[in-house]
Amino acid sequence: MTGHTGAALEIRGLSKAYVAGKPVLHGIDLEVEGQGITAVIGPSGTGKSTLIRCINRLVEPSAGEIRLHGQDLARLRGRSLRLARRRIGMVFQEYNLVERLTVMENVLSGRLGYVPLWRAWLRRYPSEDVARAFTLLDAVGLPEHATRRADALSGGQRQRVGIARALMQEPELLLADEPTSSLDPKTSVEIMELIATLCSEAGIPVIVNIHNVALARRFARRIVGMAGGRIVFDGPPEALEDSHLVDIYGGEEWL
Amino acid sequence: MSGAEAARRAFAPNWQGRAALAALAIYSVYAASQLDIGLERIWHGFSEAGAFLGRMVPPNFTRWQLLLDGMLESLQIAFISSAVGIVLSLPIALLAARNLMPWWVSAPARAFIGFCRSLHYVIVAILFVKAIGFGVLAGICALVVASIGFISKLFAEAIEEISPKQVEAVRATGAGFAAVLLYGVLPQVASRFVGFCIYQIDSNLRNSTMVGIVGAGGIGGTLFAAFKRFDYDFVAAILLVIIALIFAAELVATRVRAALR
Repeated sequence: MTGHTGAALEIRGLSKAYVAGKPVLHGIDLEVEGQGITAVIGPSGTGKSTLIRCINRLVEPSAGEIRLHGQDLARLRGRSLRLARRRIGMVFQEYNLVERLTVMENVLSGRLGYVPLWRAWLRRYPSEDVARAFTLLDAVGLPEHATRRADALSGGQRQRVGIARALMQEPELLLADEPTSSLDPKTSVEIMELIATLCSEAGIPVIVNIHNVALARRFARRIVGMAGGRIVFDGPPEALEDSHLVDIYGGEEWL
Repeated sequence: MSGAEAARRAFAPNWQGRAALAALAIYSVYAASQLDIGLERIWHGFSEAGAFLGRMVPPNFTRWQLLLDGMLESLQIAFISSAVGIVLSLPIALLAARNLMPWWVSAPARAFIGFCRSLHYVIVAILFVKAIGFGVLAGICALVVASIGFISKLFAEAIEEISPKQVEAVRATGAGFAAVLLYGVLPQVASRFVGFCIYQIDSNLRNSTMVGIVGAGGIGGTLFAAFKRFDYDFVAAILLVIIALIFAAELVATRVRAALR
């Protein structure tokens, strides 16, 4: 893989308009290194989530290029799109676990892009996949929960399963869409810590949308501020001043 | 309306609702007068019913062989038609779900389901008797059509109500369409599907005792013949057995449904 030198992800001129003539993203240019957490901050409705979802094509970009290690994801269709998606893990705000499946089934669903359908259907996953799933469950701190149903878990536990599912894909990039917004402050820190540790061990770059500026400063090595569908700040956390926050969120009274 | 006062009203009067209720009441009175329904008719009917019920006791089980054969045939009709209906309903419902399929697939599938539902199963049974002859096959076909109409419609609606977030997460792993169905869609609706199937088996058991009246096999034929020959004591025996069967089925169904929760 050529990835871990230079930019892992290269976005050029990415635009998205859900309604013609009312773009949510205005020609975003962004390069993400092969390491570390990049936090995207910005007010609600400014297109952070759209940006992240365009990368794995849960949302169709209107224009632009999205290159993951050189391959343009924006042009892919059908099978090649699915093969590209399995290289990108995703963690969701509301965990998005399949509630009626067990924790183990949810984690193993990270292999759905790899295993043949009959194996997935009969739950006959290759033994190395099952072993890896157990390793990941240990790593996220849920060693005893493999056979519990996902809807029996607490929010923090569900997000841990969500992280394990994403890492089960052995991704080259992890996207996290507000992974802590539904969690209490202590659990939020634990979840961010988990993402930071596991991804840096595996050498996976992370792009995380986050509302909590303090959390972003604490865990990210780069912060991207968005406002009105454009990038208005891009730099290390130390460089993020109050004046930038005013640019990003508007107003000053809240600071 | 003076603006400030109206804006502060806590509960807006529902004039449409009141008008609809009034119209319903007026139509009920009108319909009753048209159909010559009166207290005398009901009194007269009750005395007839007394005589009829009197001839039903004691129930006569001497022709139990005939009764048993008819019941077994009805059971077979019920189970075969449920099995075939369930197997056919699953793909039809998936095709009809508007959140999974483009409109040019879901619209014909929904039209087909609507067609299956449009006629009462007894009418369908008459059509099948005319088309393929007297006997169980006609009854089975009629109840398969009824099962498809019921299960696929409710199942398609259940699929349309699933959480798209769980589906999105499975798609994001790079899963293909079939794998998304298996992991993202079916787990969310499986227990409801089983519930609909149990309900339909229950309903097919009852319906299978009926299709015989139009010559489509089962206990219904025996029942109808006994009515025509004024063998009311045998009619009573048949009805008691049907009631016992439906009660037993209801008990089993309740148990299974509780276990599914």
